[in-house]
Amino acid sequence: MLPLPRFRFETPRHLSDALATLASGNRGTAADHGDVAARRGPLLPMAGGTDLLPNLKHDLFAPEAIVDLTRLGEARLRGVRDEKDGLHLGALTPLSEAAGDALLGAYYPALARGYSLVASPQIRNMGTVGGNLCLDTRCTYYNQTAFWRESLGYCLKREGTRCHVVPGGTRCVAASSSDGATLLTALGAEAHIESADGDRWVAVEKFFVGEGRRNLHLEAHELVTEVRLPRPAAGLTMGYEKLRPRNAIDFPILSVAVALERDPSGACKSLRLVVAALGSKPRLVAGLDGVIGKPLDEEAMKRIGEAAYKQCHPLTNITVDPDWRHEMVPVYVRRALRAATSSHGKETR
Amino acid sequence: MSTKSTERPTATQPFSVIGKRNRKVEGRRKVTGQLLYTDDIVLPRMLHAKILRSPHPHARIRGIDASRALALPGVHAVVTGRDFPVPYGIIPWTRDEYPLALDKALYVGDGVAAVAADDERTAADALRLIEVEYEILPPVLTVEDALAHPENQVNPFAKVGNVSKHVHLSFGDVEGGLGGADVTVKDTWFYAGSTHAPIEPHCAIGDFGPEGLLTLYSSTQVPHYLHRELARVLEIPMDRIRVIQPGVGGAFGGKSEPFDLEFAVARLSQKTGRPVKILYTREEVFYSHRGRHPMRLAYEIGATREGKLRAVRAKIHIDGGAYSSFGLVTTYYSGQLLCAPYRMPAYEFDSTRVFTNKPACGPKRGHGSVQPRFAFECALDVLAEKLELDPIELRRRNLLGEDTRTVNEMRVTSNGFPQCLDAVERASEWKKKFRGLPYGHGVGVAGSTYISGTNYPIYPNDMPQSGCQIKVDRSGRVTVFSGVSDIGQGCDSTLAYIVAEELGVELEAIRVVAGDTDLAPVDLGAYSSRITFMAGNAALEAARKLKRQVREAQAAVWDVAPDRIELAGGFALVPGDPERVVPVAKAFQAAEARFGTLGSTGSYNTPGQAVHGEYRGGTIGASPAYSFTAHVAEVEVDEETGLVTVKKIWVAHDCGRALNPTLVEGQMEGSAYMGYAEALFEEQDFQLNGLHRGPSLLDYRLPTSLDMPDMDSLIIESVDREGPYGAKEAGEGPLHPSVPAIANAIHDAVGARVTDLPFYPGRVRAAIAARRASGRAWKGRS
Repeated sequence: MLPLPRFRFETPRHLSDALATLASGNRGTAADHGDVAARRGPLLPMAGGTDLLPNLKHDLFAPEAIVDLTRLGEARLRGVRDEKDGLHLGALTPLSEAAGDALLGAYYPALARGYSLVASPQIRNMGTVGGNLCLDTRCTYYNQTAFWRESLGYCLKREGTRCHVVPGGTRCVAASSSDGATLLTALGAEAHIESADGDRWVAVEKFFVGEGRRNLHLEAHELVTEVRLPRPAAGLTMGYEKLRPRNAIDFPILSVAVALERDPSGACKSLRLVVAALGSKPRLVAGLDGVIGKPLDEEAMKRIGEAAYKQCHPLTNITVDPDWRHEMVPVYVRRALRAATSSHGKETR
Repeated sequence: MSTKSTERPTATQPFSVIGKRNRKVEGRRKVTGQLLYTDDIVLPRMLHAKILRSPHPHARIRGIDASRALALPGVHAVVTGRDFPVPYGIIPWTRDEYPLALDKALYVGDGVAAVAADDERTAADALRLIEVEYEILPPVLTVEDALAHPENQVNPFAKVGNVSKHVHLSFGDVEGGLGGADVTVKDTWFYAGSTHAPIEPHCAIGDFGPEGLLTLYSSTQVPHYLHRELARVLEIPMDRIRVIQPGVGGAFGGKSEPFDLEFAVARLSQKTGRPVKILYTREEVFYSHRGRHPMRLAYEIGATREGKLRAVRAKIHIDGGAYSSFGLVTTYYSGQLLCAPYRMPAYEFDSTRVFTNKPACGPKRGHGSVQPRFAFECALDVLAEKLELDPIELRRRNLLGEDTRTVNEMRVTSNGFPQCLDAVERASEWKKKFRGLPYGHGVGVAGSTYISGTNYPIYPNDMPQSGCQIKVDRSGRVTVFSGVSDIGQGCDSTLAYIVAEELGVELEAIRVVAGDTDLAPVDLGAYSSRITFMAGNAALEAARKLKRQVREAQAAVWDVAPDRIELAGGFALVPGDPERVVPVAKAFQAAEARFGTLGSTGSYNTPGQAVHGEYRGGTIGASPAYSFTAHVAEVEVDEETGLVTVKKIWVAHDCGRALNPTLVEGQMEGSAYMGYAEALFEEQDFQLNGLHRGPSLLDYRLPTSLDMPDMDSLIIESVDREGPYGAKEAGEGPLHPSVPAIANAIHDAVGARVTDLPFYPGRVRAAIAARRASGRAWKGRS
């Protein structure tokens, strides 16, 4: 089988210890320089490990040490809590737990459903809310073994200088493939980011960068510790549609999240539409102001689908036929909108 | 008397074990994780090896410098192509590969060198220190390129350019049959390559003992052929080699020839004096491949206006990859196995297999005949539409019948195909659904046949194809020694059922010792669906010899005629005589006292020349018996996306007799599943300059349990006169109609024909768009 590289294994028991360790090794790592391994620094934090371990076996990183987060004792890192400023999700909450959480399911059914659609039961039991948000971008030319990448000629995300998706391209276009990131962007969530130097809250929408080598505004010595969702506004409904070849295991090859607020008359007050698994960050579809104040009928959904079609351009970073995936953008946008408008988006689970 | 007496079989029950839903003998070990697979075996002082593979699709090897690797602490030995100068190949006429590339690497992933080290990590590090000087050669990646550029030769053993094998055979008046036809269908189909993807990756351990005996453990399905090739290539006498096949976690044809790792561990063990193990990575399983050949298939069919076939002509191009593997046979099978279950007055095929710089294709479940079956059954659907005939009715008008010969002179004995058609028609409510379901929903039908083993072994010889020895002792225990190799399908169980039926012992009293060339007689292996028929007949013969002795001995004790004594359910008894019942062990003791230590042998060989035509190639495709299958698939097509959902598949299969219906159903479901996967999901994609696009179980998409359609398995028993209790094969035949039944159902749903596999949603959408563009409405839809 594929062996893991050799590394040291750190097992801090407290968040402060983990952050101190990360600061000692990773502070000053340039997030905008070099390939993905250089941008991540010599120490790699690991929660569920469901993405990191295969990537390590593929020699995508060459860490000095893995900083295991699973033994951290702070209660706020796990579970869903209803607090004054909104709903808090601990970053170490397993995806299966988030998917089955009654509170999350009541407030944000589409998010709970999104977590329930990640990969497979075993992976959801190990994978975490924080790890899912920080999922490394994926590309058919990157998520491969060292042998495979050597055979093709390495890519600019790792060990090489060429982009095999966009010939001549200098930016990495590896795809953001996180179900959670797509939904949290649509729902206006914030991420709590902590380091040995302090902490801050960042809107998930602003957390992502369009650069596949490192698509997060997260320093190598920082950790996402919590996610906070505002209390759902009255009239908020939502929908999530995930296109994937199989009904389990697969990452999305297209995902669409909708957060829709309507007034009692049914007129649209606000609409956030996010289309993802295309480029390096979830795309918040722009130019939808025309639908505000009007009912969201089939004609409006069609126009929104067309707007998304024009703004989204699937690439060969994902193996499945990009032309077909492009055609599917308006189809899945309409389906997500229909889910959000049927029975107030509550039945989406 | 124990409570078991009430379960004693009566004379009115023909069998006490056969036909019952008994446990699989190793089933509990498997589901509790206790069955030993090759990788579970850890020998003292064992080293771990890895194989360095070519990153280039076509390259001459100018030199290999392993000195830096050998200098790495923990590294014990390196072997290269120079350590194996003798070429090998599963078919004796096409020995065209080396254990490790000697002068040229022929595909991305071709083995070049192997390193044995203390652990896998060290071996992997050492691979990077081996310096190979390559001269890059232009790769040949398509059939067209291979034929257009014979001067750019892929495999140096090829006799002509890049042609691996060409077969042209013609039977009857094809020209006249097509010319005089009322209706003709002419089209081209493409069947994409796919691979077996067994759960267990290939694994082997070589252990060269101090007395010069090589023990080789391998997850193979052909211990005997492996034994022979090891001896030839390593130049060690066969009597100094022992091949052990531990539990195998799936093979499907993908482990039916020797592989680089088996030779490498043997030589590395010889060099180091220590046991050496190699476990393939999942990526290496994809590169080793030997799976389904991509085929471009052109068919021309002529029929009368009543729907009687007049002639069939096929031209087939087969992309073989870099080596022959079983390719000679594949090329014949692509034509030879199409002549049933329909009567064809005239038939011609022209098949060409070519070499390309890609992993070699070989036998995958339904070897060589799944691809032509897809095209032909789709062509029949087109023909039925042209004739405005129900496609099941069209098939009924062309039935071959039983005890007959096909147009290519193959002898067909039992034939339950008409019953298969009846069964799927009834169970699926075909008459109501065909053209009767709303737009977007449809049903499709297809039929097929397959061999129950090949009439001839891979290397010419007159010895039996299957041998069996049975030992019975005074404890009541029965040990069955057989060379069969259980690859998960249940052949150990099948032998146990047969012996238990004959000797009257309970299943728990039977031990099957198989998959060990030191302990068991030769059997040619678990390929071409031969085990139940051939090894089953060998076991039956051996068991019946013992049964005669046991009955004779017990008859003397009871002073009755031997033929009045029954052995069943753990007892010897005279039916209807409550005084004459003893545990069967007592009868064994009587036999041991009378005849001495008890043991017997049995063997099976095929009927020979009686079952095929006397022409070149007439032997290939000949089998002592043929299975038959019919499928109906019901699908839903999402017009907006082009996504196809298979709702249900009805599978009717004539297996002669089901020795255990549960195992037969398992094979039917597994086969239909595999075909369904090839229809919608799987493809070996080498478009990146010969590099596999996604050699992992994430990117090569096997359907999950959540993607599986419902299935209904309908067993048809035609009771073949030469099979054990009438049994024929069930492991491969039921795969064949999967793909065409789904394709035909897609047509019934949306009026569009998909001709290229897999039926990706983009392709289905394009086919619907083409139907619309032609102005043809379907089920009331434009």
